[in-house]
Amino acid sequence: MAQAHSHSHSHDHGHHDQESLKQFGFWLFMITDVILFATLFATFIVLRDNTASGPVGADLIEMNGIIISTFILLTSSFTSGLALLSMNKGDKRGLILWLAVSALLGLSFIYLEVNEFIHLVHEGAKISTSAYWSAFYTLVGTHGLHVSIGIVWMTAIIIQLAKRGITPVTKRKVNIISLYWHFLDAVWIFVFSLVYLMEVM
Amino acid sequence: MLDTVKEFASEFFVTGDPLILGAQVSIALALVAIVFVLTYFKKWRWLWTEWLTTVDHKKIGIMYIICSILMLFRGGVDALLMRVQLAVPNLEFLHADHYNAIFTTHGVIMILFMAMPLMFGLFNIIVPLQLGARDVAFPFLNSLSFWLFFAGAMLFNLSFVIGGSPDAGWLAYPPLSGIEGSPGVGQDFYIWGIQISGIGSLASGINFVVTILKMRAPGMKLMKMPMFSWSVLASSVTIMFAFPILTVTLFLLFLDRYLGAHFFTVDAGGNPMMYLNLIWMWGHPEVYIVILPAFGIFSEVVATFSKKKIFGYKSMVFALMSISFFSFFTWAHHFFTMGSGANVNAFFAVTTMIIAIPTGVKVFNWLFTMYRGKLSFPTPMLWAVAFIPCFVVGGMTGVMLSVAPADFQFHNSYFLIAHFHQVLIGGVVFGYFAGLYYWWPKMFGFKLHEGLGKWAFWFWNIGFYVCFMPQYALGLMGMTRRFNEYNFDMGWQPLNVVSTVGAFLMGIAFIFQVWQIAHSIRFLKKDNSGDNWGQGRTLEWSTASPAPFYNFARIPQVVAQDDWWEKQQRRERGEAEPAEVAAAEAAPLEPIHMPKNSGIPIIMSGFWFLAGFGFVWDWKWMIVLGLAGVAVTMLARSFNYNDDYYVPVEEIERIEAAAARGAN
Amino acid sequence: MRPVFRKLSALLSVAFLLVLSGCSEQYLVLDPKGPIASAQKDLILITALICAVIAIPVFAITAVIVWRYRDRPNRKASYKPEWEHSTKLELTWWGIPIIAIAILAIVTVNYTYKLEPSVAIESEKEPIEIQVTSLDWKWLFTYPEQGIATVNYFKMPVDTPVRFKLTSDMTMNSFWIPNLGGQLYTMSGMAMTLHLMADEEGSYYGSGANFTGLHFAQMTFTADVTSQDEFDAWVNEVKTTEEELTEAGVEQLKMKGSHQVAQYSSFPDNLFYDIMLQYVEEGETGAHAHHMSSEDSGQDASSEHNH
Repeated sequence: MAQAHSHSHSHDHGHHDQESLKQFGFWLFMITDVILFATLFATFIVLRDNTASGPVGADLIEMNGIIISTFILLTSSFTSGLALLSMNKGDKRGLILWLAVSALLGLSFIYLEVNEFIHLVHEGAKISTSAYWSAFYTLVGTHGLHVSIGIVWMTAIIIQLAKRGITPVTKRKVNIISLYWHFLDAVWIFVFSLVYLMEVM
Repeated sequence: MLDTVKEFASEFFVTGDPLILGAQVSIALALVAIVFVLTYFKKWRWLWTEWLTTVDHKKIGIMYIICSILMLFRGGVDALLMRVQLAVPNLEFLHADHYNAIFTTHGVIMILFMAMPLMFGLFNIIVPLQLGARDVAFPFLNSLSFWLFFAGAMLFNLSFVIGGSPDAGWLAYPPLSGIEGSPGVGQDFYIWGIQISGIGSLASGINFVVTILKMRAPGMKLMKMPMFSWSVLASSVTIMFAFPILTVTLFLLFLDRYLGAHFFTVDAGGNPMMYLNLIWMWGHPEVYIVILPAFGIFSEVVATFSKKKIFGYKSMVFALMSISFFSFFTWAHHFFTMGSGANVNAFFAVTTMIIAIPTGVKVFNWLFTMYRGKLSFPTPMLWAVAFIPCFVVGGMTGVMLSVAPADFQFHNSYFLIAHFHQVLIGGVVFGYFAGLYYWWPKMFGFKLHEGLGKWAFWFWNIGFYVCFMPQYALGLMGMTRRFNEYNFDMGWQPLNVVSTVGAFLMGIAFIFQVWQIAHSIRFLKKDNSGDNWGQGRTLEWSTASPAPFYNFARIPQVVAQDDWWEKQQRRERGEAEPAEVAAAEAAPLEPIHMPKNSGIPIIMSGFWFLAGFGFVWDWKWMIVLGLAGVAVTMLARSFNYNDDYYVPVEEIERIEAAAARGAN
Repeated sequence: MRPVFRKLSALLSVAFLLVLSGCSEQYLVLDPKGPIASAQKDLILITALICAVIAIPVFAITAVIVWRYRDRPNRKASYKPEWEHSTKLELTWWGIPIIAIAILAIVTVNYTYKLEPSVAIESEKEPIEIQVTSLDWKWLFTYPEQGIATVNYFKMPVDTPVRFKLTSDMTMNSFWIPNLGGQLYTMSGMAMTLHLMADEEGSYYGSGANFTGLHFAQMTFTADVTSQDEFDAWVNEVKTTEEELTEAGVEQLKMKGSHQVAQYSSFPDNLFYDIMLQYVEEGETGAHAHHMSSEDSGQDASSEHNH
């Protein structure tokens, strides 16, 4: 970077291009991730009635816990938005704080999800119980895996922010992770309505 | 102790087959030889810094091509073994289990580990040059894509000597590919080999879409972009939409096998037919992914060697994009015989036929590019011209197969086999060969020997027809694919013998090509001037051959569709350059911003390999180690801010001067 | 050189067409012995013809252009390097394939409904039912009306429509008798219906067309078409002379391995539907049920499996 600054204007322009390219690339990645989730949703819809005389979601799922997790995830999406606002104001501490809050909320979401899975397994609904549960665990679990990766990634960005402050590079990284975080939120809305709400109703 | 080791080894290594034992020995010897040569000539450091860690799109492209040629050899040997087995009724050359493994690996290798890397190789080498860019959008990701492909290919090929090859067919339909149908580890090698390389392919797809949409030289509007780049865009968009489906499908099959899930099992509510749907939702677009770039290559080659603009540019672009779109709505034509009812079959029959329309238009446009042209016939053009009748026949038999009620008689017969080999060899392979011969001087600075190339061409072509025309007839005689033997009284033998002869003719053609490459490297003169064919049309011919690592000392200013050709025309006519071109060329050199090499992609892919290998054998420690390694290398990449540098002006001047000397 | 190649490919295509139309006995698909195969053969020839009508002129144009516009000294053909667009020409060759495909699509859709395998064949005679089960790696045929069973071999009367019910023990196969008509998959958990009829007596080759593993190549069988009298006599003979297929015998058949031709005087009640529904739990819905409900009503599977 130091070297870049010593050069003419066009080089900074080059760097700027790099960052916007990466952001564009990430949008495309999210399209592929939409396809990935769409395939899993389709699988779930095809298999949702194939319970092999075993338990169904409505018997075992505790909606209160799910509503709390949903609320937590929605809040974390909101706080990651606040992080972005702080960043645009140039407020590094606010940025780090709100990112950390988002990551912690994400962590509690995962904690609740793991607890839910343990509860379900205890009740006799394992991934090998029936096609329904295979599709359930895979769809919900894939979302959970995405959130978990997001948490690690967010932590890494927080450390980088602490070390380097708000630079074009860290700015782009924060933009991308917040995009990702909102995206997972949107996917969760679909999971919530298709897997949980429709199941209980 | 010794007994447990023995027991492990007999399960771990494939034993008891002399053919495989021979392969094991020769692999071991080859490895020793490579290590020895590298050590003796002190080439390890060179290999690491120049190749294994490179992020240069041209070098990555060359590595892709080398791998694909090796894979072509392996897939070709598989094919010859099958043809030998089928030449004589009830022959006891390959046992059923071995035969089943061979047709499975032949299919997987030819599509995923031969055609795909050859395609990505050409994408890599040509697209940035053709766009007037210094590299792809994400050079690091590009390197990662290659190494993921490599790790996946190695994992898949390893099953040949360790654990046993998969043997449930190239698309591995459950329940046969489930844990009950295929209890061995071969199917796990299949899943992880394809999965790991598939992630790389997906990343490449994104990479090239961004490159093409965002990195074109100033002045190159989308509708001035060369046809090959258009075809790469069409193919890459298709990759983006199709490959996530493959990722999910393989993952679900893995869960069935590893955790006892019930996606595709026959019991507990699983639905094997869902697998057929999912795998073909990827599989059908996949064949268009590999054929579209071949269409692009033909457009370039035909225009170049006709010395004429491509005919119907807008039609061509529209045709490419509509083929890519419609490829997502035809998947069920691969199983008309599932009995989904007349409505479903009628719908997919018609969508399949619709694809024939833009494809037909493309053929006419190529023909009319040659019409009123000045045709010369060096090897790339030979392949392009041979492609047209071959692909027309392949397309026509494809239309015949799309007629759903007729397909009830063609399905899974040798008629089908002949059809898809005709479009894949006559279309994809001929196309990529045309591209390889055409752009070879751009990669290495010398052409391939024309005489030997013509021998290879004729052997390939005649071999192709001799091999596959009889298979159409065999299909109508009721011969089903994947039979490892048949009775004499079926009357299938004579045509099978003919077909086997044809296969060996293609084998000879391959030897000619290897000879051609060796001969050309040894004896042919370097020609570093950019426009090796003397009639290039697009930007890749405007820079030296091989291009310097930064591609262009100054980013070119584009004014026309065939920019380099038009520039030569202006020069011949003695016209002045347009103002913006003149300004761009007169601008002083500036330091060039380049990405630094990185060891992370190869190391991360090594960890993916470990994780995959661990999953295959269910060795938990290795799975944990592999996945942890992947995570750590990803974080290492995230924390590394020192990944670029500037090439100083003096160095650019030195390299440009040397290139100018070399060209004279 | 190029024209040689052109001629070669043209010759090969002609040879291919000859093969298509030359109905030697060995070309099972082109030697139909029943109405379904016969209609499919007609359809194959129609589509081949439509394709040829387009393909052959394309070969000719290719040959002419390649020959005429090759670069050589003193050639007379014009050279127009900038000629790159002609709305009239391009509309022509968007039009030609569109028309050809439209014709083909109409023909195809028409035949798709006509030849839908689950639709019964019109005939004065009542259809007989033969249940077909693909096992690893043999075919089991059960006759619910006659009460006999066979392996890798079956007989059917001539000029009588046959309703084949298809299922599989586990792996998916495809039931194909090229002389009589196209194939249909055999799938676990489903009873597919395939209607075929023979209008000529004879012995026809049949095979599994979808790969099922190790001894897949051994899954061929013979379909004997005889007169009604001969068929009845054969049924009687099997009933009186052959052994029963017991539950133990069924277990034996389910084991992986190839099998000789065999005949049985009887088989366990409801064997076909027991095999078909062996993995399906009670009250199950979804793909299985959909397929069952689409079957014709006389043999409603779901009512039978509640035993």
